[in-house]
Amino acid sequence: MFGKLSLDAIPFHEPIVMITVAMIAIGGAALLGLITYFKKWTYLYTEWLTSVDHKKIGVMYIIIAMVMLLRGFADAVLMRSQLAMATEGSPGYLPPEHYDQIFTAHGVIMIIFMAMPFFTGLMNIVVPLQIGARDVAFPFLNSLSLYLLISGVILVNVSLGVGEFARTGWVAYPPLSELGYSPGVGVDYYIWALQLSGLGTTLTGVNFLVTVLKMRTPGMKLMDMPIFTWTCTWANVLIVASFPILTGTLAFLTLDRYLDFHIFTNELGGNPMMYVNLFWAWGHPEVYILILPAFGVFSEVISTFTGKRLFGHHSMIYASGAISILGFMVWLHHFFTMGSGASVNAFFGLATMLISIPTGVKLFNWLFTIYQGRLRFTAPVLWTLGFMVTFSIGGMTGVLLAIPGADFVLHNSLFVIAHFHNVIIGGAVFGYIAGFAFWFPKAFGFKLNEKWGKAAFWFWISGFYVAFMPLYALGFMGMTRRLNTTDNPDWTPYLHVAFVGALLIAVGIACQLIQIFVSIRDREQNRDLTGDPWNGHTLEWSTSSPPPFYNFAEMPKANEIDPWYAAKRDGEAYKVPAKYSDIHMPNNTATGMVMGGLLTVFGFAMIWHIFWLAAVSLIGTIVYFVIHAARDDQGYMVPASEVARIEGEQHAILARVRNGQTNSPVNKLEQA
Amino acid sequence: MSNLVFDGAKGHDHGHDHEHDHGHHDAGEMKIYGFWIYLMTDCILFASIFAIYAVLVNNVAGGPAGHDIFELPYVLGETACLLLSSITYGFAMLAMHKGNKSGVLGWLFVTFLFGLGFIGMEINEFHLLISEGYGPNRSGFLSAFFTLVGTHGLHVTSGLIWMAIMMYQVSKHGLTGTNQTRLSMLSLFWHFLDVVWICVFTVVYLMGTI
Amino acid sequence: MSKKRYPRFFGFLALFSMLLLSGCDYTLLDPKGHVGVQERDLIITATLLMLLVVVPVIFMTIIFAWKYRATNKSATYTPDWAHSTRIELVVWLVPLAIIIVLGYVTYKSTHALDPYRPLESDVKPVTIEVVALDWKWLFIYPEQGIATVNKIVFPANTPINFRITSDSVMNSFFIPALGGQIYAMAGMQTKLHLIANENGEFDGISANYSGAGFTGMKFKATATSQADFDAWVADVKNSPKTLATAEYAALAKPSERNPVELYSSVTPNLFQIIIDKYEGMKPGKIVHEKKEVAGTEGMDMGKHSAAQAEE
Repeated sequence: MFGKLSLDAIPFHEPIVMITVAMIAIGGAALLGLITYFKKWTYLYTEWLTSVDHKKIGVMYIIIAMVMLLRGFADAVLMRSQLAMATEGSPGYLPPEHYDQIFTAHGVIMIIFMAMPFFTGLMNIVVPLQIGARDVAFPFLNSLSLYLLISGVILVNVSLGVGEFARTGWVAYPPLSELGYSPGVGVDYYIWALQLSGLGTTLTGVNFLVTVLKMRTPGMKLMDMPIFTWTCTWANVLIVASFPILTGTLAFLTLDRYLDFHIFTNELGGNPMMYVNLFWAWGHPEVYILILPAFGVFSEVISTFTGKRLFGHHSMIYASGAISILGFMVWLHHFFTMGSGASVNAFFGLATMLISIPTGVKLFNWLFTIYQGRLRFTAPVLWTLGFMVTFSIGGMTGVLLAIPGADFVLHNSLFVIAHFHNVIIGGAVFGYIAGFAFWFPKAFGFKLNEKWGKAAFWFWISGFYVAFMPLYALGFMGMTRRLNTTDNPDWTPYLHVAFVGALLIAVGIACQLIQIFVSIRDREQNRDLTGDPWNGHTLEWSTSSPPPFYNFAEMPKANEIDPWYAAKRDGEAYKVPAKYSDIHMPNNTATGMVMGGLLTVFGFAMIWHIFWLAAVSLIGTIVYFVIHAARDDQGYMVPASEVARIEGEQHAILARVRNGQTNSPVNKLEQA
Repeated sequence: MSNLVFDGAKGHDHGHDHEHDHGHHDAGEMKIYGFWIYLMTDCILFASIFAIYAVLVNNVAGGPAGHDIFELPYVLGETACLLLSSITYGFAMLAMHKGNKSGVLGWLFVTFLFGLGFIGMEINEFHLLISEGYGPNRSGFLSAFFTLVGTHGLHVTSGLIWMAIMMYQVSKHGLTGTNQTRLSMLSLFWHFLDVVWICVFTVVYLMGTI
Repeated sequence: MSKKRYPRFFGFLALFSMLLLSGCDYTLLDPKGHVGVQERDLIITATLLMLLVVVPVIFMTIIFAWKYRATNKSATYTPDWAHSTRIELVVWLVPLAIIIVLGYVTYKSTHALDPYRPLESDVKPVTIEVVALDWKWLFIYPEQGIATVNKIVFPANTPINFRITSDSVMNSFFIPALGGQIYAMAGMQTKLHLIANENGEFDGISANYSGAGFTGMKFKATATSQADFDAWVADVKNSPKTLATAEYAALAKPSERNPVELYSSVTPNLFQIIIDKYEGMKPGKIVHEKKEVAGTEGMDMGKHSAAQAEE
């Protein structure tokens, strides 16, 4: 009836887990209580949960990313504190079977449930606006993707209190992840959380590719698109080409575990090396999926805040394309030590090194954007400058690891850990945080507090160096990864320093939380009235902040790169159109939420072998979708009069700004 | 519900065209374009299964290899079912473009029967193998075989369910723009599965029997 | 605003002071064997080549950001200058040139340092067979007919030919002081060739997470003189323990932080037997069994042994 599930699944004997679960339960209950108290359920349901508006979906993605950042970072602090304590024979405070789940969960959460949703959220909010579109190509699918991510998030978090998580490392290599060596439910939680959220990501990739290829405002050529849109597009190409490989690989592991197949088992003819190949054939493009949008953010931020056109627009596009294509040809560098032979290793090593060339080109393009510009040191700019220095180091260590002979002594050591945190934190995370600060006013209508933003930056960057430079050293001292205790006295001081670094980053995160609180509190003083708080170059800045739900009353003109910059230069900005037209908009729908909920039940049921429930929820999902499709909802029309009213409100605000009747510091709207 | 027709091929009503601003092209065309891209992801999924098969084809663990268990005449029968079903679906699409609703329904039904025949034969083949002890848990080769052929079969089954739903929708609502778009997408799906099957019977059955 | 400069150098300070503080304890930078030395030299060469680009980039970032700050009105401001073919050529071609050099180094070194490549030496190599178990290392000396757990001794300045497999999950056989690692995988044999150019005791680990006892899966590798090695072998041959089938079955069961064991004799061909347990891994060996009942010719051996390994 309940498959493998019983009350034994709850880890009553692990106080750390039980306290965490209790805190989450209390916090969750408090949140639900507050929503009820302020009578916001209807608002939440109609305006957010059933929304198909890309801007709202994007915000929800980012909220999820930030919450999961806290969970993943908590895991990091647990790991660093354990390693700082468990030196020279001491066992530390975390039992090994708990610690081994923590490092697995840390990797899975940070990559799949923090970084991916963060970039997806930014892409959702910004890309349709940048190309002058009213929404994405498939708004319902967009909502479904969000809820598939939420399915995965729920499963990963439920694993904390019900059952266990995988103890395999985030890569879950067989035979360790096979039933024989991992008989518990941990690997199953891993499989289903990744499978469901991966499906959502694949759909997002399809959605945004069609959006960018088919829904650009008339006149905008592909090569004219802003660089953030371009890097997201390359990332989406990588998504649609690589995520199916992950789908397949996880499915094969599922067949092995559930139906006694022998695809990756040791015995009866399975081949675990195949998993390693397939996993990384997805895994390497995955990390380029993470970094490319961050590169795009930096391009937008640097060109905006230097008051200059981005240097080398076309070469940025080609460089991003080169990185993407090469990113498909390098996966073997994750396992040079598996014994593929010198010729194979050399090929993949050389291919990997080639990627540093287009990446270097991008760095130089940013440098020459700053060159002879007028750089304003806002928080996004600090994140960008911090990135440029930090990522250079991380990229260098990456090229070093790409040399098989060097990798033979560095593979799986803390040097590798330091390298990828160097590029993911210094590259992707810095980029997303910069993007968050950059586009926050557009999404919410007021700016973030600069002081706390800068404080967050300084703590993050110093924390990063203090936490990870010692790890490079430890790699050179022969320390391998995924150890839960150490006994080499030479390593101890480095582990202590690394822990301090983690604490510094914790302060940085605290600054970010304070920043959000303070910014909301002070929002009236920091209103973005014009919609163009930074004197931006691209079309998102031509809308109000936040934009009207339909984005653009009429399709914006875009005949060259940086169309908003061009409009302001030519005196065409903020023109009131002669007449407005009706606008066709999609309806909200609960289907994404229902399907996501049913699939969460499906995932949970599969994990616990409650097969009748799995069948019912899967069939229910399909049936609900068919009913939704049969309804053939064609959306609704927004009458021209309503559009005129909404536009009129914004034009009135703009007039007051021009006349100096507001406290907005911007009073020359057409400034180039 | 709303009977406004916004997507699909020819013949949708133009009454309100000039007063509203789509801001984008024909929604039906976009859906088909998006479906193509999804189909390419499915292609890559199949590619990874073919890769598994290629690696595991000789890992028989002392059990049967391909030429011990494959019967080419039977596979020919399955193939005929599927290829013919593609032709009949093509006739259904021709009927659709002519606006011939009963023609569409008729040819869809024939297609459905052929598809059902294919699936029936495949289930029979699997059943026989499993009952002889040559199921997927016997060896890496058999795991790969069942995964590849089985995944294709699952896709065909999904296509049949979709087809049944479309037959119902077309009979109830006629050849609306939405139905035409969806029939076009199913057409792509069905032909795609046919192409995959050609790869499957070549790589698995033909090459396995040499 | 000099606070911009400070944190950049902070990073370098942290990094370089780490490196300088206790230089002699950096195992990988002070290897004890020729293979490790080549690998270290490769790391240093590559790092220096890349610093040729990285250092200028970092300096340019700081200098440009500082010089072209918005408050510096005296700096040239060219808001529409966004293209220069000359700069494009330089930024594509100069890194390309460095990568070509690095690529050449990579190509040559990858072949030279191929773990499967036997080391060139006049000295006759010592062969050691390695079996990764949960969670200890079994070593078999086929030429001497002895076996050990978690300890190897070998003569210095002698090539050691490791043959490696696993009777469990994937591990990675690694002696950091001597050079690179290679994975240990069931049903397969990988090879590693190392040499110690001075006497000493070196740490050995598994470098691929393999489960609950992974952290404790350590061994000691000792390089000695030829005479001391021969004496040690003789000592082991006097050990009361032997590694026959039953003992091996007991050893293969999961255990953590095993103490050193010495076996005076070992089942002949044990290494190959362990590999062959995973029959199905090996392609080929097709048995024609048209409609015959399953159960011929040891087909089930894989299943039984797998169950054994999993206990």
